[in-house]
Amino acid sequence: MLGRTANGLYWMFRYIERAENTARLIDAGLRMSLTRSDSRDDDWDGVLQSAGVREDYDKVHPTLSSVDAIDYLLRDKANPSSVMSCIDAARNNARMVRTALTRETWEAVNECWIELKHVLARKARSTDLPEIIETIKRRAGLIRGAFHGTMLRDDIYNFARIGTFIERADNTARILDVKYYVLLPAISQVGSSLDNMQWESILRSVSAHRSYGWVYDGEYKPSNIAHFLILNARMPRSLAFSYEKIVSNLCFLGQTYGETHAAHETASTTLTLLQNRTMEDIMDQGLHEFIEEFIVQNNRLGQEIADGYRFYQ
Amino acid sequence: MMNADSSPRQPYQDYFEWYSSQDRARLIAKSRDAENIFRKTGITFAVYGHADSSEKLIPFDLIPRIISGREWRKLAQGIEQRVIALNAFLDDIYHKQEIIRAGRLPRELIEKNEAFLPQMIGFKPPGGVYTHIVGTDIVRTGEDQFYVLEDNARTPSGVSYMLENRETMMQMFPELFQQNKVRPVQNYPNLLRQSLASLAPPGCTGRPRVAVLTPGIYNSAFYEHAFLADQMGVELVEGSDLRVIDGKVKMRTTRGYEAIDVLYRRVDDDFLDPLTFRPESALGIPGIMDVYRAGNITIANAPGTGICDDKAIYSYMPEIVEFYTGRKAILENVPTWRCSEPDSLKYVLEHLEELVVKEVHGSGGYGMLVGPTATRRERALFADKLRSKPGGYIAQPTLSLSTVPILVNKGVAPRHVDLRPYVLVSDKVQIIPGGLTRVALKAGSLVVNSSQGGGTKDTWVLED
Repeated sequence: MLGRTANGLYWMFRYIERAENTARLIDAGLRMSLTRSDSRDDDWDGVLQSAGVREDYDKVHPTLSSVDAIDYLLRDKANPSSVMSCIDAARNNARMVRTALTRETWEAVNECWIELKHVLARKARSTDLPEIIETIKRRAGLIRGAFHGTMLRDDIYNFARIGTFIERADNTARILDVKYYVLLPAISQVGSSLDNMQWESILRSVSAHRSYGWVYDGEYKPSNIAHFLILNARMPRSLAFSYEKIVSNLCFLGQTYGETHAAHETASTTLTLLQNRTMEDIMDQGLHEFIEEFIVQNNRLGQEIADGYRFYQ
Repeated sequence: MMNADSSPRQPYQDYFEWYSSQDRARLIAKSRDAENIFRKTGITFAVYGHADSSEKLIPFDLIPRIISGREWRKLAQGIEQRVIALNAFLDDIYHKQEIIRAGRLPRELIEKNEAFLPQMIGFKPPGGVYTHIVGTDIVRTGEDQFYVLEDNARTPSGVSYMLENRETMMQMFPELFQQNKVRPVQNYPNLLRQSLASLAPPGCTGRPRVAVLTPGIYNSAFYEHAFLADQMGVELVEGSDLRVIDGKVKMRTTRGYEAIDVLYRRVDDDFLDPLTFRPESALGIPGIMDVYRAGNITIANAPGTGICDDKAIYSYMPEIVEFYTGRKAILENVPTWRCSEPDSLKYVLEHLEELVVKEVHGSGGYGMLVGPTATRRERALFADKLRSKPGGYIAQPTLSLSTVPILVNKGVAPRHVDLRPYVLVSDKVQIIPGGLTRVALKAGSLVVNSSQGGGTKDTWVLED
């Protein structure tokens, strides 16, 4: 496979993952402003931070408002991580690697692009937002379904999956990084309704508010929430889950190509760490420090994969 | 499609019976379905110079163009003869140039032609094949009367439409294919791959590795390039993916550099090798011509085949066919006046309102004058161009092209069409039974090019 194709696949799936995550962040933000009587626009501060675009937002908008923040996250072309920018980039990559995709996968991406281009053609009215978010999530789901149902499990599949999980791990870590203080034991003792809402918002932004209930008997406890998102390998958006997938896909590549790279070492070291630590260990190290370190390491892994497999544009 | 007594012509009879039983509203709805299928599949093309409308659909008409098996056989014989002659002609002009010595073709027509590549002189491509993939444009004027409009021996495009049009028709009207015995076209990608692989260069030892070379995703025909690579199961590459290493053309893969043996290139000659042709080209591969001449890669179609697409050369095709095959051409040329000849120029200038005038090197329906529909002023302006550069033009009469029906809101209406069958050349000549039918959607119009508002149809060759 061309290094350019591998790169295109990797980024195509990173962008699809990012679009879906951004939609989910907006969803959580909306929910928060609905449930709160004293809804303030600076609720969106955290959302923009979680999406990693807080500073860039300021360059375009002098003040923080929910309307501007939502528009910036959904459809602003100046924001490379807006849903529309991501879907544009994903589809461009898909066009470039068209020969590596099944017809079903390509069509799912193309139809997603066609529909979102239409839906996001102009500023969304707040009454339309729930349906728009729904459309984004549904389209991402259709791409995933077509991809899983039809793709051969070869190196093409592996690069696509690695892109998905590097991005997902980054997104989950970033949500934690912005909200880590909400999960610290010292603060959790307060137990106010505000905390409850913050916790729920975290879970909602990773589509896990229901599954959390099944696993931890419905009780919101910061250490459980952190555990769920970091260490629980059954939770499909957790760091541990993401790294299991990255490692297994890298292993397949190693077997297929008969060689391993620095990336293999880095990924399995991180996975071992996630498998052997307890929440207490992490809290002792400092939750914030742990997450920061993780994000740096995750970025480095992405670079090592690009180097090892000779990615280029 | 109709006989003089307005009954449907024989090959259309079964279809017409089916059509009469259909609800028109349903058919019109199906037209929209077809458009959606094309849109979601991404079968689009880019129109240069339209920044906003960067991806367009070619309109699809859902009434097939139907050709009887009997008519097709004659057509196929004529095409085969012509394609054999084209390859023999190319071999000759790049070697002994016997046709010039025999006085059948003026020397300057070859040697002063930009599409003639001196770099190809004395070189024989693998298998002696120059033009591997040909798309011969044909018009029909009546029963068994076919004329060749042009020979596309360089890089004929549009075959993906032939395949997708059929795919769409089978998806929308499966019953039609049970009632009519339509010859299949779907094995084209397989035949193409086999045909390309069979012409691997002498330097290829293992299983030949084939790739399609595209200028990239912003090229107007990118969809087709990706489509063909996908259907053949081969790599789609750009110039920047390739590099000449150790006398081979290699691509940058996830495991390092790997050699390519056969390159189906959809990049023009000029851009192929910046070391040999245009130095500023970023689309090509520096040094590929050396690898080619050393017998370590096959380039399809061979560089220098574009000379066959020249309209001045076209006007000599009857002589060319006879010279190399020893027989009269089965398919006729459209009578052509070469404006470079003073008598012809005089005639053309006097009869502009009856003629179509084309640029010798033009393509895509640009830069031409359709005399009968042009305004007096347009004709006068064109006459000036003709006088100042007569060698740059040829003129042809407007033929009374046969029409086929298209679906319009009020039912069916006749429109002019042409036909491009696709031909694969290796150690044998294979003609796909079907092709791309392009249709002028405007009533009375003779211009079928997609860049000028033309559409396409599925093309059926019946088994009979």
